[in-house]
Amino acid sequence: MTQDQRTAPDRFQTLVDNDERIEPRDEMPDAYRKTLIRQIAQHAHSEIIGMQPEGNWISRAPSLRRKAILMAKVQDEAGHGLYLYSAAETLGVDRSELLDLLHAGRQRYSSIFNYPTLTWADMGAIGWLVDGAAIVNQIPITRCSYGPYARAMVRICKEESFHQRQGFEILHTLSHGTPEQHAMAQDAVDRWWWPSLMMFGPPDSGADQSKGHTAQSMAWKIKRFSNDELRQKFVDMSVPQAGVLGLTLPDPDLHLDDETGHYRFGEIDWSEFFSVLKGNGPCNAARMQHRRAAHNDGAWVREAATAYAEKTRARTAAGAA
Amino acid sequence: MSAVATYALRLGDDALVLSQRLGGWITRAPQLEEDVALGNIGLDLLGQARTLLTYAGEAQGAGRTEDDLAFLRDEREFLNLHIVEHPNEDFAVTMARQLFFSTWQLALHQRLVASTDEMFAGVAGKAVKEIAYHRDHADQWVRRLGDGTEESHHRMQAGLERMWPYVAEMFAVDDLERALVEEGVAADVSELRGEWDQHVDAVLREATLTRPDDLATPPGGGRRGVHTEPFGYLLAEMQHLHRSHPGATW
Amino acid sequence: MSEDVAQREWPLWEVFIRSRRGLSHQHVGSLHAPDAEMALRNARDVYTRRSEGVSIWVVPAAAVVATSPDEKDSFFDPAADKAYRHPTFYDVPAEVQHL
Repeated sequence: MTQDQRTAPDRFQTLVDNDERIEPRDEMPDAYRKTLIRQIAQHAHSEIIGMQPEGNWISRAPSLRRKAILMAKVQDEAGHGLYLYSAAETLGVDRSELLDLLHAGRQRYSSIFNYPTLTWADMGAIGWLVDGAAIVNQIPITRCSYGPYARAMVRICKEESFHQRQGFEILHTLSHGTPEQHAMAQDAVDRWWWPSLMMFGPPDSGADQSKGHTAQSMAWKIKRFSNDELRQKFVDMSVPQAGVLGLTLPDPDLHLDDETGHYRFGEIDWSEFFSVLKGNGPCNAARMQHRRAAHNDGAWVREAATAYAEKTRARTAAGAA
Repeated sequence: MSAVATYALRLGDDALVLSQRLGGWITRAPQLEEDVALGNIGLDLLGQARTLLTYAGEAQGAGRTEDDLAFLRDEREFLNLHIVEHPNEDFAVTMARQLFFSTWQLALHQRLVASTDEMFAGVAGKAVKEIAYHRDHADQWVRRLGDGTEESHHRMQAGLERMWPYVAEMFAVDDLERALVEEGVAADVSELRGEWDQHVDAVLREATLTRPDDLATPPGGGRRGVHTEPFGYLLAEMQHLHRSHPGATW
Repeated sequence: MSEDVAQREWPLWEVFIRSRRGLSHQHVGSLHAPDAEMALRNARDVYTRRSEGVSIWVVPAAAVVATSPDEKDSFFDPAADKAYRHPTFYDVPAEVQHL
């Protein structure tokens, strides 16, 4: 069979298998398109909902330097949301549709943002752990089979490298500061460690291999590694870093397995994960309420700009006639 | 305290307090693109504030850092204008505040570029580019809201009325500034009014908005540390963490 | 205000940035804006926060005319067998310089 006689799905899978990128106007299986829209939208929603827990501390940052860094970081997240919505729109959906689905609770965002930021040290823990986990998740997506998603992710990963460092720096300073500051840092790490491990999603290797969407997403090269592989990578990175920070990780079972060179960690409480996912986390309702309020309060502004654009167009047309 | 230090505090406090207010829009803007735009403006102002407060600390000669000045002064020691401390309220009020303040701030810094004080001249040289963008951002929005829908027109007009009382204070000169103007350090803000009127009037005309009437006795006192009630809450929120840990580094 | 205007999302714009003098504008992504003036400003804020550009183009996404996947073969395959358009097609003795 020559190239030309191949059916469309074949051509699609051949491109994917050859590690070539799928681009917006290419033929692609419906399920591939749907999976991507869902995943990219969820990723975009996570960026913009993720602005809230940190936005919560902009007004209270304890130094002007920290205030500038935090403001720039939260603003970056809005930018990252925009890059991702832009990637999703190449698949034939409108950003407004995706936002409507988010506001209606029909599309998700990462559950991690349903936990509250209670002290300044949470800014450190989010940067170090949450952004750290996000980066481990995102780096493989820079090689994802869908071009616009991969390119957005390259940009995001490049910009995010400062996010994790500033978080680490916050915790390092606190941990080596006053006893109160050290306690604040330890408390934040205690609260954010397990939710960060849950960010990689439920187990999907070994006995759980057939669960979830992992197998199909891997065949499509949307996903390159299993949740469990990425989680292990994150743990292996984080444990020595915690040592440098002078902070402990809240897991009595955590130990180095000499045979494999990997850190073994304790049982993750997946019932908590699913409960938060279902909407029962401490901040689910508040995050959605905040987001909807911003959207609704801004409606008159967006309408005004549209009306002005139409008036201007009409005036220009009348002037030209 | 030296006059130069006081002047640096005045300008630095303007920038710091407005930046603090604008930070409040992040996660609450009418469109995501606007979260980013307002964040940029807030960051520019914060950058200006840090340089000016640092300079004020040096000019005072008592070893106070930008953070000492931002977090450890009380309400009566802050020297910013009332206009920047006004709460965000809705987007129209915020845009009226932005138009009025950035038009004034641009005219001021365009003159400070020629200050005999190298520090003020340097800050102004960088700031004029930033503020020109802030003013343009406000121009664009005031035009769209004024000449948009019926609702937006009403809201924008109401925003102008709300912020207009704070305009006069921007152009008031006291003895301290008069002396600095003599030395070529400061710019005479009373001379900025004509230029300010011209720009603002042009924007309002295009936006089909009406210029509010001046008050017979406009409020003021920011430069003497007399502020509005909402300002105390702004400071309480901004300073509480820093103050809860005396001497700590962050 | 008509229901129609209220419901409509701001149009989509494609953004192109010249990262420095001497380079072409490159497509970087898209954004929403009510009109061209705001599109340029939003592009500046969203896509050049780290001094990524010296010049920006914005183009209404609806104005972009693109080849369709159906036409792909007839558009691009005919060029594939014209190797003689590329310098590597030609054998040149190794000792020849500056060719």
